[in-house]
Amino acid sequence: MKKLLCGLLLGLSLSGVALAAIDTYEFKDEGERQRFRQLTEELRCPKCQNQNIADSNAPIAMDLRREIYRMFAEGKSNAQIVEFLVDRYGDFVLYNPPLSSKTLLLWYGPAGLLGLGVLTLGVIVWRRRRGAASAATTGLSAEERERLAQLLDNQLLDKK
Amino acid sequence: MKRAILLLPLLVFLGMAVFLYRGLFLDPSELPSALIDKPLPAFSLPDLKDAQRTLTQNDLKGRPALVNVWATWCPTCKAEHQMLNRLAQQGVVIHGVNYKDDAAAARQWLTNYRDPYTINVMDADGSLGVNLGVYGAPETFLIDAEGVIRHKYVGAIDERVWREELAPRYQALLDEVQP
Repeated sequence: MKKLLCGLLLGLSLSGVALAAIDTYEFKDEGERQRFRQLTEELRCPKCQNQNIADSNAPIAMDLRREIYRMFAEGKSNAQIVEFLVDRYGDFVLYNPPLSSKTLLLWYGPAGLLGLGVLTLGVIVWRRRRGAASAATTGLSAEERERLAQLLDNQLLDKK
Repeated sequence: MKRAILLLPLLVFLGMAVFLYRGLFLDPSELPSALIDKPLPAFSLPDLKDAQRTLTQNDLKGRPALVNVWATWCPTCKAEHQMLNRLAQQGVVIHGVNYKDDAAAARQWLTNYRDPYTINVMDADGSLGVNLGVYGAPETFLIDAEGVIRHKYVGAIDERVWREELAPRYQALLDEVQP
């Protein structure tokens, strides 16, 4: 029991250390902390390009977190902070890029390709249907159909 | 018509092949700078050689120059340093930004490996670096006489980079000043 208690206490103290390593900044309330977290997760680290600023340990990400924290303290809005970073690092830092003439393909490309695929499929299906229908209606005249039926009947009789 | 459709997969494949082939030679770590054609950001930072003296963006103006962001902790900067020395000897103006570095170590480095820089700005906490959009040393900016950033190169400058990418632009800026 004592051992268990010791282990539990040790575990708790360690978890405290781990949390402290992530959050080295102090915020005036929980909402601000959430906003900081959300904003840094949406921004891409320029050095280690597949990580966001919140997760990266690169020195540049630390600097940017510090700058963002500084701007928080100055009461800047998210839009102002994003603008600050885009002015320096370009649209590259945004994981959520704005809709502009440059990013049009990025935003609507997949939907466009899907539309193209659906259209192609539609055309193929429509053609086949039309082909099948025309074969059924116009392939043979009434006489020919009658003859065909007779031939088939005869064949069936022959088999019996 | 039917035959032409059969060629479609081949065309798609060729299109992809062209893009992928091109992708082989792209460097994803190279980002276009957002600061091209913008003036140098304002700063007020100590001189590396003389910490009492304060340097501002105005100290970098006056003539076309390279602004080289470097640090002693950056191995690529060391590889680049001899090239910078050679360029300085040829008369190229190079300003230094000592980025997030230990001042004593940086001064020692300049004594050991020679000093190609006209002046060196000491950016100890990297705030100028952030304003310059620096994400890893070495980075080199080409500025004109008015202090407007005209080009940026990320990585070590060697003979080839200088000859193909920087020298023509630097010469063009010199010609702008003295037509």
